[in-house]
Amino acid sequence: MTAPAILPAKGAADRLTGTFWRRPRLLLLLLIAPPLLWLGVVYLGSLAALLLQSFYSIDEFSGVVKQEFTLKTYAELFRAQNLDIILRTVVMATAVTLACAVLAFPIAYYAARYAKGPWKAAFYLGVMLPLWSSYLVKVYAWKLILAKEGILGWAAQGTGTGFVIDGILSIPGLQGSSLSTSPFGTFLVFVYIWLPYMILPMQAALERVPNSMLEASADLGATRSQTFRTVILPLALPGVIAGSIFTFSLTLGDYIIPQIVGNSSRFIGLTVYQLQGTAGNTPLAAAFAVVPIMIMLVYLTLAKRAGAFDAL
Amino acid sequence: MTSAVEFRSVSRHFGPVKAVDGVDLTIAEGSFFAMLGPSGSGKTTCLRLISGFEKPTGGQIRIFGEDVSNTPPHLRNVNTVFQDYALFPHLNVRDNVAYGLTVKGVGRTARHAKAEEMLALVKLEGYGDRKPAQLSGGQRQRVALARALVNEPRVLLLDEPLGALDLKLREAMQDELKALQHKLGLTFVFVTHDQHEALSMADSLAVFNEGKIAQIGSPQEIYDRPATRFVADFVGSSNVLPPDLTRALGGPAQWASLRPEATRLAATGPVSGTVTALRYLGSGTRVVIRAGETEIAALVPAGQPVPEEGATTAIAFEPSALHLMGAS
Repeated sequence: MTAPAILPAKGAADRLTGTFWRRPRLLLLLLIAPPLLWLGVVYLGSLAALLLQSFYSIDEFSGVVKQEFTLKTYAELFRAQNLDIILRTVVMATAVTLACAVLAFPIAYYAARYAKGPWKAAFYLGVMLPLWSSYLVKVYAWKLILAKEGILGWAAQGTGTGFVIDGILSIPGLQGSSLSTSPFGTFLVFVYIWLPYMILPMQAALERVPNSMLEASADLGATRSQTFRTVILPLALPGVIAGSIFTFSLTLGDYIIPQIVGNSSRFIGLTVYQLQGTAGNTPLAAAFAVVPIMIMLVYLTLAKRAGAFDAL
Repeated sequence: MTSAVEFRSVSRHFGPVKAVDGVDLTIAEGSFFAMLGPSGSGKTTCLRLISGFEKPTGGQIRIFGEDVSNTPPHLRNVNTVFQDYALFPHLNVRDNVAYGLTVKGVGRTARHAKAEEMLALVKLEGYGDRKPAQLSGGQRQRVALARALVNEPRVLLLDEPLGALDLKLREAMQDELKALQHKLGLTFVFVTHDQHEALSMADSLAVFNEGKIAQIGSPQEIYDRPATRFVADFVGSSNVLPPDLTRALGGPAQWASLRPEATRLAATGPVSGTVTALRYLGSGTRVVIRAGETEIAALVPAGQPVPEEGATTAIAFEPSALHLMGAS
């Protein structure tokens, strides 16, 4: 007996697979509906609620939120003390991003171009390991490292290089009794905490640059630095931008590191935390929270205009 | 005539792996030279030794008489067409072609004019503003060619440049490359694993096997008189006869090769076998005869009777067609 042309469906799984085959979009819909709901309702919804809050204002006498459309809250952002906070945060985020990019590039380049087998595994472990331990533990560890009696001060004393730390601490804007109470300490901890988020996308971007492209550049007469500027950097730029989005926006929003390390001057994240919690001024907190979003939008627009995504 | 490229017992060992082992080679100026061999035979490493991406672990390489042992790739006046083309995805076609001039510091107007000239040479006028991703495989290949020619190198190296193209495009590009080489009078060094490509395009070729040159000569020499069993096998279509069969056919007890075109079918003869396969080729029919352990192909011209599969037939040939060769 010959086998039939159509095999009988043996169970629910066979029939379900058949349904999906006849209606290909059904499976797609089933798979993406939950994440789409999560993203659309919970995430974007709360963002919209936040945006709405920022257009309300607070009654200065009663402290009650007035649910009327006004731009008064946004105007408050332009007060000198609030502009100061925004400026300080943006300067810090920019410095952290630049430092991360400079530190991450050679590491990512080595991992993408040279590391093989166990060395590659060691690289991933080295980059990821700090992410496995608690953020707070790391920040407090840094507070101890940077403290006057900490290992850095001790090592500087032992090697007679204490003047370097003193020199940094005497720079206007970075003053403090020790690194752990100086804005420079805040900067160091930010760089340490966010560095992996810069290395990984950079490494992924560099990994996609084939070796033959670098050889072609040299073959056509380019020096190492010309190859770096005209081939490697433009091709790695999407990765650098992706990494800088992480380091920049994470620094813009962080409110814990500046509380623990540094001179307690306020950053956007900390301000939002205080306005929303202790001060109860939700509209101003919301307006402050919109600032990083706007900054990121401007940043990405500029990056796109500069051709950073041309190689994508 | 001066030699464009000269290898003097050049070796490139990677630890215990002898990728290139004691190669002596002279490539005449203005010739179309092919390096033919299976993958891992050392042909691509030889090309990379000329461009400078590999350093020899022994021996000496000279380009137009000058020792290049201490010359980095960017100072060698040779350019490469890469196997994967290696076009820069973030630059448009014009800037890709002009890249060699850009890094030399040639001004914008001059380098764009030269790039257009090169694009015209490879028949891609008007494509300057496109990105490599918007081109077909054949067009990318032409851009890679134009880019490699823009610096007016003295030797052009081509690393399996036609490997990724389909058959029809491949044949068209073969003719064009040949014509381009004639027109420019440049020395072309061409790496391929395709014996037909090597035989039809090259003025002379080297057959590589396990890091050494098995034979070097004109296509006709290689095809008609393979020096070793390996060359006969790799260059293909020739029948390779083991020593006992050669002796049975009236020669000495040595390995020999016999071209199918020179092999005829006969009613009687010292060696006979069973027809195991027939392949109609249009201009004739290729008949495969199994004699003991060996398969012998014969080409029966169109219009002559063709035996059926399973039939027994003897083979015959002019004694001069039997070519003796080394065993290795």
